[in-house]
Amino acid sequence: MNIVRALKCRECGQEYDIEPTHVCEFCFGPLEVVYDYDKLDGYFTRELIESRPQTMWRYKELLPINGEPTVGAQNGFTPLVRAKNLEKALGVSELYIKNDSVCYPTLSFKDRVVSVALSKAVEFGFKTVACASTGNLAGSVAANAAAAGLESYVFIPHDLEQGKVLGAGIFGTRIIGIKGKYDDVNRLCSEVAGKYGWAFVNVNVRPFYAEGSKSLGYEVMEQLGWKAPKHIVVPMASGSLCTKIDKSIKEFIKLGLIEDNNTAMYGAQATGCSPISRSVKDGTDLIHPVIADTLAKSLAIGNPADGFYANRVINESGGWAEDISDDEVVAAMKLLAETEGIFAETAGGVTLGCAQKLIESGRLPRDESIVLCITGNGLKTQEAIADAINKPRIIDASLKDFDALAEADGFEAAA
Amino acid sequence: MQLRVYLTFDESTVREPLIWKLAKEFDVITNIRTAEVKDHMGLVGLEIDGEDAVVEAATKWLVEQGVNVAPIEQDVIEG
Repeated sequence: MNIVRALKCRECGQEYDIEPTHVCEFCFGPLEVVYDYDKLDGYFTRELIESRPQTMWRYKELLPINGEPTVGAQNGFTPLVRAKNLEKALGVSELYIKNDSVCYPTLSFKDRVVSVALSKAVEFGFKTVACASTGNLAGSVAANAAAAGLESYVFIPHDLEQGKVLGAGIFGTRIIGIKGKYDDVNRLCSEVAGKYGWAFVNVNVRPFYAEGSKSLGYEVMEQLGWKAPKHIVVPMASGSLCTKIDKSIKEFIKLGLIEDNNTAMYGAQATGCSPISRSVKDGTDLIHPVIADTLAKSLAIGNPADGFYANRVINESGGWAEDISDDEVVAAMKLLAETEGIFAETAGGVTLGCAQKLIESGRLPRDESIVLCITGNGLKTQEAIADAINKPRIIDASLKDFDALAEADGFEAAA
Repeated sequence: MQLRVYLTFDESTVREPLIWKLAKEFDVITNIRTAEVKDHMGLVGLEIDGEDAVVEAATKWLVEQGVNVAPIEQDVIEG
């Protein structure tokens, strides 16, 4: 059942047909997919959802595609982990990790948004898809396009680290390195998106792409036993994820799938790129662009397209925003790995580190349910923690040498 | 060409009549499509219409005046 009604301007409310377009021609406001939820009355039930395969598409009526997905049919439905060890470390009573560091196929939540964007691109008849990215998005577009038999272009700054180029290049995509300052590279990508007849996932099909983030929210609520948590902490780059998780909760409430739990949304950023956090703390809704300078590269968006809307969601839901230093990011990555066995990328460190700070400041209550959204895998950002982990202790191939080492660690031989 | 941009003015530029100066300085048609101006900063959605080279020069001039000029998509390079 297709309940998509239109694209609607978030600013002036002007509605548009479902087409590959993303800004309002009248006021430049961003367009968002709107739905006729009433059509789902009595049909879209918990039982129906539970009867479907465990992928993000079990909520397909609330994602903006017609019929079945053509790209990324296996994506999503990542674990929600009760983080008992981390609860003790942080002094809180009910903490969960939504672990998109194991999202299929490229180990980040971008697989959710990309599979919606590319499925929609196929519907629209596009043969070539593209994105501008320094990491996760590039890999996800390249991989999902390869699996779907689509041509793809990935635009990157020309001096991007080899490891990140490899993460997209292995999938056979066409990688274009662009020389110039960040703003120039950004502007070129915007111009290319406007000039070529491609589906540029975060430009002309962005309204559809962004909706994919809602699946993370739906899964959290179902995995909690059809309940929204009291508090959700999300990393913020463009700010889109924050707004879409909020939308997912409001949709489930509207459809009668959960009770309203007055869920508060919290946004996390690295201090070196914290335009949204800064606006929340300053009590303004205007986002001042910044030049990003942080090791949390996946969150390094200095002029975030959805910053204003993320700010509004945070304020209206009764949440807050926080930011932490790069050293705190690394410490939080280690804490998550050492307590829960989850190796998150730097954005995960940002989320946990900000949650810690919010707990310590009393913004996040210790005795209510909290979900932390971990959105990418640490294997992709190994350089960030290379100097922070213990180096192996080197010994000769001698049992005597190992005995001495074990004794120093407080272990004795069993017999 | 017609360029569609967001201009962000900070505390030091928000009181300056820079869009007026732009139209005086360069042979372009400016068309404000959206704007929010406060004491410490302003955001303006602007169309700049004219010959390619003139529009580019006008954009460069705005940057030199301390205005942040971004495509209406804002940052499209994601992590």
